[in-house]
Amino acid sequence: MLKYTFDWSIVTSGKYFEWLVSGLKVTLELSVVGIVCAFILGLLIAVLKMSHYRPVRWIATAYLEFFRNTPLLVQIFFWYFGSYKVLPAAVNEWLNSTNFEFAAAAIALTIYTSAFIAEDIRSGILSIPKEQMEAARSAGFSYLRSMQYIILPQAVRITIPPLVNQFLNLAKNSSLAMSIGVMELTYQARQVESYTFKGFEAFTAATVVYLGLSVVITALMDLYNKKVLNPQRA
Amino acid sequence: MEEALNFQVIIDNFTYFMIGRYPNGPLGGLGLTMYLAVVSCVLSFFGGMILGLLSLSRYAVIRHPVNLFINAVRGIPLLMVIFWMYFLLPALMGKTVPEATTVIMGLTIFTSAYMSQIVRAGIQGIPKGQTEAAISTGLKPWQAMLYIVLPQGLRNMIPSFVNQFVSLIKDTSLAFIVGVSELTHVGTQINNRTMAFPTEIFIFIAAVYFVLCFAFTSFSRWLEGRLAWRKSI
Repeated sequence: MLKYTFDWSIVTSGKYFEWLVSGLKVTLELSVVGIVCAFILGLLIAVLKMSHYRPVRWIATAYLEFFRNTPLLVQIFFWYFGSYKVLPAAVNEWLNSTNFEFAAAAIALTIYTSAFIAEDIRSGILSIPKEQMEAARSAGFSYLRSMQYIILPQAVRITIPPLVNQFLNLAKNSSLAMSIGVMELTYQARQVESYTFKGFEAFTAATVVYLGLSVVITALMDLYNKKVLNPQRA
Repeated sequence: MEEALNFQVIIDNFTYFMIGRYPNGPLGGLGLTMYLAVVSCVLSFFGGMILGLLSLSRYAVIRHPVNLFINAVRGIPLLMVIFWMYFLLPALMGKTVPEATTVIMGLTIFTSAYMSQIVRAGIQGIPKGQTEAAISTGLKPWQAMLYIVLPQGLRNMIPSFVNQFVSLIKDTSLAFIVGVSELTHVGTQINNRTMAFPTEIFIFIAAVYFVLCFAFTSFSRWLEGRLAWRKSI
């Protein structure tokens, strides 16, 4: 049926191999920058969402609902094409002086992911019995210090597995950055395909890399679950 | 520079955003988005059901390859799945395949893998005693699954299915990349034509998706509450 000769050498060495490697590098850069920023932003939103003041809670809820219920691709397009009209001039200047495609994709991925991370962090904090807070407060810690020394250290331990999951989602979602010309892994696979017509090899290589990434990280997470989260069961 | 927003471009192109050139041409815009989402959702409901049941099979020869497939699909980006379809389908069928079909196939395979996890969890959430009781009344294992376990499990799965449908609506935006003229694609088209209003256009499109997805998310939460309430009495 098919007359197709496989040529795996194009994706295992030479120019096209280097393209794919550089693509993987950009994917990892986007993912790492994204997860760090999204964690910080997500933590902030989670804290706002648990505030005692209704308007503050309301703002956090609006943020969460809006960014979770719109497609990431549309958010990427908004930051790439449309953000210049709503951002202050100084920010625009700074963004244009950087690699703008990368910056727009990183901003979109950060904000999108932060909305998911905020919920993970919030449920991590809520899973700590409230007696912990009461005990800390009656021992003389202020609210912030109780959070800092008693609640958050425990909550972060529980939140790490869902965070790692979000990191994997982020790595996969970063493939959408190709639509605005960020040369990440999927972009490079596409590029190799259009230069060589060896689509099967190019997409297999990219698929294997994505799978490898998730297999390695999932294995590390299992180790973490066994060693840190439930050491008594090991 | 900060500029004032002018939403006239949305009003001028409103029907194009909603239904494309329909009825004088092909369906596009929001209409096509909904079409892609609904068709893929129905197909992946069955796909997810089949994969979920197979992944719980008693036979390791069936179970292991199915689980491998599910985990592989869950491990790669949706965009990758769509690209695979984009060039595998014509090779397998021996003829060109319309872009919309490519996207529907990609979305279906991707979503089926996620739906199978919902089905699995739903079935595993039904106490084992139900299956044992069914089999001891003389039903065969597949009958016990089909008539006793699945109907009860399905009810618990509904909220998760609705959430998956919301993800699907968002994911249809990827059809843009292979050139299907759904809502996101129409947005970029109008943006390319008018040049001056990208902010307005993408805010509007985001708002349309938001209204749609938020409605279904709220519906799913309401269902969840109702199911919890029904269980409590």
